[in-house]
Amino acid sequence: MNTDPSAGEQHRLIANTMNEGSPQARALGFQTLEIGGAVAILKVPYRPEIVGDPETGVIAGGVVTTLLDHASGQAVHAAMTEWTSIATLDLRIDYMRPAQPGRDVLARAHCYKLTRSVAFVRAVAYEDAPDDPVAAAQAVFMLDSSAGKKAGANLKPPRSRTEGAA
Amino acid sequence: MSDADSRLSAVLGSIPYARFIGMRAELAGDEMTAILPFSDRIIGNPMLPAIHGGVLGAFMEMTALAQLSVAEPLKRQPRTIDISIEYLRSGRPLTTFARARINKVGRRIANVHVEAWQEQRAAPIAALRGHFLLTAAED
Repeated sequence: MNTDPSAGEQHRLIANTMNEGSPQARALGFQTLEIGGAVAILKVPYRPEIVGDPETGVIAGGVVTTLLDHASGQAVHAAMTEWTSIATLDLRIDYMRPAQPGRDVLARAHCYKLTRSVAFVRAVAYEDAPDDPVAAAQAVFMLDSSAGKKAGANLKPPRSRTEGAA
Repeated sequence: MSDADSRLSAVLGSIPYARFIGMRAELAGDEMTAILPFSDRIIGNPMLPAIHGGVLGAFMEMTALAQLSVAEPLKRQPRTIDISIEYLRSGRPLTTFARARINKVGRRIANVHVEAWQEQRAAPIAALRGHFLLTAAED
């Protein structure tokens, strides 16, 4: 979608900030393998603490959910030339099969449509190839979600507790 | 400890990722409340700060799995078939609660809805609906 080398650098910077600056992403060890042209490929390294069912050793569905959400967000940034705050509105996931125990899981996300207010993303999680998926996701993100919010905005109670999304 | 109580602690204790995010649950009769205390490790957006959307999804999914284990004895953990998550409000640095409602349990499939909130039950921060594949204890 864009071939400008400075855009490539910016996308790489956003990926690093999202992986290192987000404590949950850092705790799970998320790495971005590729980012650019509205696509992001991320990896979560296998480890015993993130298993969902110890009888099988399979990674928790929730970890795959977090990875797909995170990869989808980076795909949205990879579709834009300027950084904008984003927030997940809707995330739908089909779990096709258990992940293979002991294997790292990858997620490939593609932001296939960007409007002024929202971004639409498709993503798959897999070990070896996107055409043999563990899970498939469809997500919608709101753009400029932190408009008018300052850093630390969530430390204060919301303006009105019963109306309006944060 | 009732059977449901012991099934609940068994299922949550057996999910390493539930411990990883610090999730627990309480049972009052047959009503279960899942609890996710705030910790730095569950932050997704450090600027606001806000809880990671994936963590909220995982929390609600595990709430559904725990509720299914409370409802009836299962041979092994139900398998998630599909989930759909709606994000309503930003997850603030506070304790998050969730309750699940089992809409239907068939022989093989269960349909479960979950809602998560922080200070006010009437102002949910996220909701999940999902289908789960069951293996009953007697199968």
